[in-house]
Amino acid sequence: MFACLHVPGLPASQQALLPECAAAFSPKVEPTAPDAVTLALEGLERLFGSLEKLAWAMAQRAADLGWEARVAVASNPDAALAAARGLPGVTVIPAGREAEVLAPLPVAVLEPAPEIAETLARWGIRTLGELAALPERGLAERLGSEGVRLQKRARGAAVRALAPVAAPAVLEERLELEHPAALLEPLLFLLARLLEQLCRRLQARGLAALELRLHLDLEDGGEHLRVYRLPVPMRAPGAFLKLLRLDLEAHPPRAAVRALRLSAGPAAPRSVQHGLFVPRAPEPEKLELTLARLAALVGEDRVGAPELLDTHRPDAFRLKRFRAGEPGRFAGGRRAGGVSLALRRFRPPLPARVEAPEGRPRVVLAQGVHGRVVEAAGPWRVSGEWWRTEGYWREEFDVALAGGGLYRIYRDGLRGGWFVEGSYD
Amino acid sequence: MPACLTPLTTAARLRPSEPLRLPIGLPEFDRLTGGLPRGSLTEIFGPPSSGRTTLLLAALLAAAASQQTCALVDATDAFDPASAAQAGFPLDRLLWIRCGGEAERALRAADRVVNAGGFGLVVLDLADLAPRILGRIPPLCWFRLRRAVEGTPAILVVATPQPLTGACASLLVEMKGGRAHWAGAPNARLLVGSAFQAFPRKPVRAEAASFQAPARWAR
Repeated sequence: MFACLHVPGLPASQQALLPECAAAFSPKVEPTAPDAVTLALEGLERLFGSLEKLAWAMAQRAADLGWEARVAVASNPDAALAAARGLPGVTVIPAGREAEVLAPLPVAVLEPAPEIAETLARWGIRTLGELAALPERGLAERLGSEGVRLQKRARGAAVRALAPVAAPAVLEERLELEHPAALLEPLLFLLARLLEQLCRRLQARGLAALELRLHLDLEDGGEHLRVYRLPVPMRAPGAFLKLLRLDLEAHPPRAAVRALRLSAGPAAPRSVQHGLFVPRAPEPEKLELTLARLAALVGEDRVGAPELLDTHRPDAFRLKRFRAGEPGRFAGGRRAGGVSLALRRFRPPLPARVEAPEGRPRVVLAQGVHGRVVEAAGPWRVSGEWWRTEGYWREEFDVALAGGGLYRIYRDGLRGGWFVEGSYD
Repeated sequence: MPACLTPLTTAARLRPSEPLRLPIGLPEFDRLTGGLPRGSLTEIFGPPSSGRTTLLLAALLAAAASQQTCALVDATDAFDPASAAQAGFPLDRLLWIRCGGEAERALRAADRVVNAGGFGLVVLDLADLAPRILGRIPPLCWFRLRRAVEGTPAILVVATPQPLTGACASLLVEMKGGRAHWAGAPNARLLVGSAFQAFPRKPVRAEAASFQAPARWAR
């Protein structure tokens, strides 16, 4: 059995979506016409149930994409195509009743050559039933083999093999501009359109995007490429647009844009089973947008999850990309039950004047930190990376000042000078 | 409405009279305050070395232990990841936003994080900002933040050197530095910890919660 999915008046910009929509149901899809595709249905009943259910599922998928589609199921591709062109809604033609169902349809649904259509019109043949009833020999003598082939299609008895075409694996949308876009707003307007189409294509294939690549051809002949990797597969054009806006605001192209190319790295959509007793974590889509906004606010290198570096250098860390925790991912966190004295760092350390007779600090003077030292512990010597120019060698002290306050200060043995590193708070 | 549905409607309108709270693992503090209230703003204020950061770290540890995601909006980049890691805090669980000393950035970042949802604990650390900068923060900011966190399971904690949030805080705690503990001979001293006191100012409690914070090398 074969099904034909026909969308009357399908805009040219959406014609590429039609085979992708059909590919969600069958691996054998033939793009029969710009506004129609034909699918082989063999073996699909196990997946979708009856042919009626399958046909309705196809109509529903098309409706999700905003199309008012016609779906017809028949024993051969041409009968399915003729029925889809001629009958609204969903039609399932039982095997052997093709001629009966197609009979009232106009000849135009077969799209005959203009001269044949004119001849048939002169003969007064208006419907497929009338065409099917003509004597075959006489039709062959007058219209040739094309006439006979047309009559077989009118009877729903034409036999031909489907010519399926594999859907392209690349999900890409492109747009060339008549006038270069120099401002962000018009560019975003166009990007919104491309994203909408790209997400429709992803939806038609049952996929989501794990990566977005925006390629801009610039007026000065150069190119501007932005790659946005997403933490989880997403298919939200609104969120994508906001991410691209923030990214383009942070990294604007150096010249006006002549053409846009937007492609998606496809992935299976995310499916998460939340637990009843697992605490809520930020939604990945919302979190990604929040991280992008925070990066725009404070800088990309100032947002993330801290990670200690494998070195003895004091205050050695880096910020890595923050990811919302999967349930149970942090199960190793220590149970609260005790605290330890926390250090607040001054970044950069505060330069200080320290009176230190015999190497022991007696008075500390720095911006916002000053007083006589009433208790001091140290020196604790720290050194390393002497083979590098940024090596370190210092003597650290923990000091309590007379006016209150507990600080860590140090003397830089390589560059000289005293510094207040932080306060115990 | 059918009479049989009346009890159901009444039950649906029931709200807990007290917000849910997160005990932070300091027994005296938890006994006095019941823990940090969810869906509310908590303010912790005090001078340097009064134990504000230690209390924040305890709250972060408690939130992480109950598998919640935490965010730290750090106005002056004062957070020490090494201290947190050595206390057992999983750094992967923390979104750290370093604001470089800008109060306005910190407030906007906190607003974004709270509105993103899903964070169990959001800490806004303004503790090292100068009073003249803090004085410029319009009170409307606190109402906005309190409104954003209301009705959510999130806890918003603001650390400051002086009381700032006014009526917006559901729990206001003043920290006072206690005594540092030293060990060893006079010429070979070692800082082994410090004692702090937390005074709940709203709601007012007559007594203070004292706790010891040992230095990490003395634990």
